[in-house]
Amino acid sequence: MSESTTAVLETEAAAETRSVKLSMQQALNRALDETLSTDPKTVVFGEDCGQLGGVFRITDGLQAKHGESRVFDTPLAESGILGMSVGLAMAGFHPIPEVQFDGFAYPAINQIVCQIARMNYRSRGTLPMPITLRVPSFGGIRAPEHHGESLEALFAHVPGLKVVSPSDPHDAYHLLKYAASRPDPVIFMEPKSRYWQKGDVDTADGGTLTGARIVRPGRHLTLVAWGAMVARCLQVAELAAEDGIDVEVLDLRWLKPIDAEALAASVGKTRRAVVVHEAPLTSGLGAEVAQLITQSCFDTLKAPVERVTGFDVPYPSGDLEDEYIPNIDRILLGIQRVLEYRRG
Amino acid sequence: MDSLLPVVAAADAAPLSPEQLRELYSLMAAVRYLDTSAVAWQRQGIIPGYAPELGQEAAQVGSAYALDTARDFAFPTYREMGVARTMGVDMVAYMSTHKATWHGGMYDPLASRLAPIQAVVAGSVLHAVGWAHGQTLSGEHGVALSYFGDGASSQGDVHEAMNFAAVMKAPVVFFIQNNGWAISVPTERQVAGGSVAARAAGYGIPGIQVDGNDVVAVYEATRNAFAHCRAGNGPVVVEAMTYRRGPHSTADDPGRYRSLDDERIDAGEDPLERLRKRLLAEGVADEAFFTAANQAARAEEEAIRTGIEALDPRPGNEMFDFVFQETTPALENQAARWREESEHV
Repeated sequence: MSESTTAVLETEAAAETRSVKLSMQQALNRALDETLSTDPKTVVFGEDCGQLGGVFRITDGLQAKHGESRVFDTPLAESGILGMSVGLAMAGFHPIPEVQFDGFAYPAINQIVCQIARMNYRSRGTLPMPITLRVPSFGGIRAPEHHGESLEALFAHVPGLKVVSPSDPHDAYHLLKYAASRPDPVIFMEPKSRYWQKGDVDTADGGTLTGARIVRPGRHLTLVAWGAMVARCLQVAELAAEDGIDVEVLDLRWLKPIDAEALAASVGKTRRAVVVHEAPLTSGLGAEVAQLITQSCFDTLKAPVERVTGFDVPYPSGDLEDEYIPNIDRILLGIQRVLEYRRG
Repeated sequence: MDSLLPVVAAADAAPLSPEQLRELYSLMAAVRYLDTSAVAWQRQGIIPGYAPELGQEAAQVGSAYALDTARDFAFPTYREMGVARTMGVDMVAYMSTHKATWHGGMYDPLASRLAPIQAVVAGSVLHAVGWAHGQTLSGEHGVALSYFGDGASSQGDVHEAMNFAAVMKAPVVFFIQNNGWAISVPTERQVAGGSVAARAAGYGIPGIQVDGNDVVAVYEATRNAFAHCRAGNGPVVVEAMTYRRGPHSTADDPGRYRSLDDERIDAGEDPLERLRKRLLAEGVADEAFFTAANQAARAEEEAIRTGIEALDPRPGNEMFDFVFQETTPALENQAARWREESEHV
């Protein structure tokens, strides 16, 4: 074998080993581990993050490896956790706080909205808030009240915050590392119903992390989703394909800033769109997405943008969860409404 | 001074030198002139509003005098002009928030060691705890000085802050200016038990109640609290009992909730006059000194007023410039549209 052939084979071998199969929980854990290793100013904290490793085990083993000063438990008080993050950021740290469940972000809203989101503005850029707030998000695990909420529209509405939600282990790994390296506050919404799903993670190449991502190309219609709903939309696309409907699935990923160009490109091509989200319909992000599409694709749209969402009800108990979260049938019906739309 | 749990005394607890005592008076005079003038500026239309601190000069000057700006950091709410002045903050930049130039003020918080002004009064108390814990993590010896009032002590964040600080042994001094009034609500209707310092015991934190109108007592209590924190003993609560002699803000009418007679009786002796008498009695200063100090204070106020009057409104684009460190396409588009539309108007 020539030297160059050996080098090629070695490169291929390296390329194979850099792709590993991980659950989203493992991917997030690895991302935190590497961030703690590479950035000495990173601190990870929240309720039960230390010895227990978090109720979802996202911080498993991190305290043992990085020490109690880098990964620590706080008293049970979300406002305290987020308010403390502000002071740590002012002291030059990069806090990665956790609120244990989405519904527990509500007690911290004052610190998130009045303080974290505004400190850079208030201080004319002299006090950046490089805080990545990890929020186990959305429903689908039949959890008690306050343990399943979809807060993306609430966060995205607040000037000064950025919001992202990964849909698979590869993106979870790279987006968390990326978010943690940014100088602005990022609300990182982890789809808790996807924590245990495995997928290929290319640890060496994250690809483009700043915008939306087409996870399945198609010609007839664009499904726009994020977080846990992406996997469901991919299922729907498979079923629709059996009927000859070629669905494109766009994973929005960033809920603020929204990738308006990707929306325009996808829907400009397919000329039809359905937005799918778990959050309630009224004033949800689906409305924002629909307006962005309308602005860029008004002339070519074949039907109004359709929304398939949760309802304007408090997030229901486990027994009613399947009625609340957009299911395959409801999404297919949404697709049908768009395809069958006739101008009046 | 009533100490509810023991506080480590400052190792260098020497009495204040005559020079320091005179400096305290000069600072209090400067603060008094600027404060009363700022109310007049509002009446004259120079600034839209102001939150006066008449009567709190001793509490603010005395506490901030104990702070080492080389390593400590103070977290104000919005009535801490005397703290800013004592810390040597650029006062035109500080007062600019009252001119409605920029919400947090125009001073550099990192260089000044004073966090930006903000009005969710218990919000910054947790920031102080976070910053203080950062000192522990970095192995540094800075102490956070958190300013808040009797009203703020009703907010949950103060309880969370004291609990967090105590659990983590964070080097933070919770400095409460109990000025008797949260806008119109008196302490007895605001603070159950009547003492914020008394609550400290519940968190295992030493708590000190001090005469907030005695600048020397305030300074000594705060200095001891700093020494306690710096020695690694965790937080301290200092409650300075004082009195807000003026309105809550220039938009407030105290006549609706207290009479002038009540004010005279409850406010007690003027803290500035009290220090003046003491310095005279102890032979630390003479009338010539007070005349000079008052003249200097007046000149300083005039210079700050000139600076405030000269402050132009900020350019509109700054509205968009400081939202993020890394701006977004949506925000850039909005800024571009604002430029277009404002040019065409």
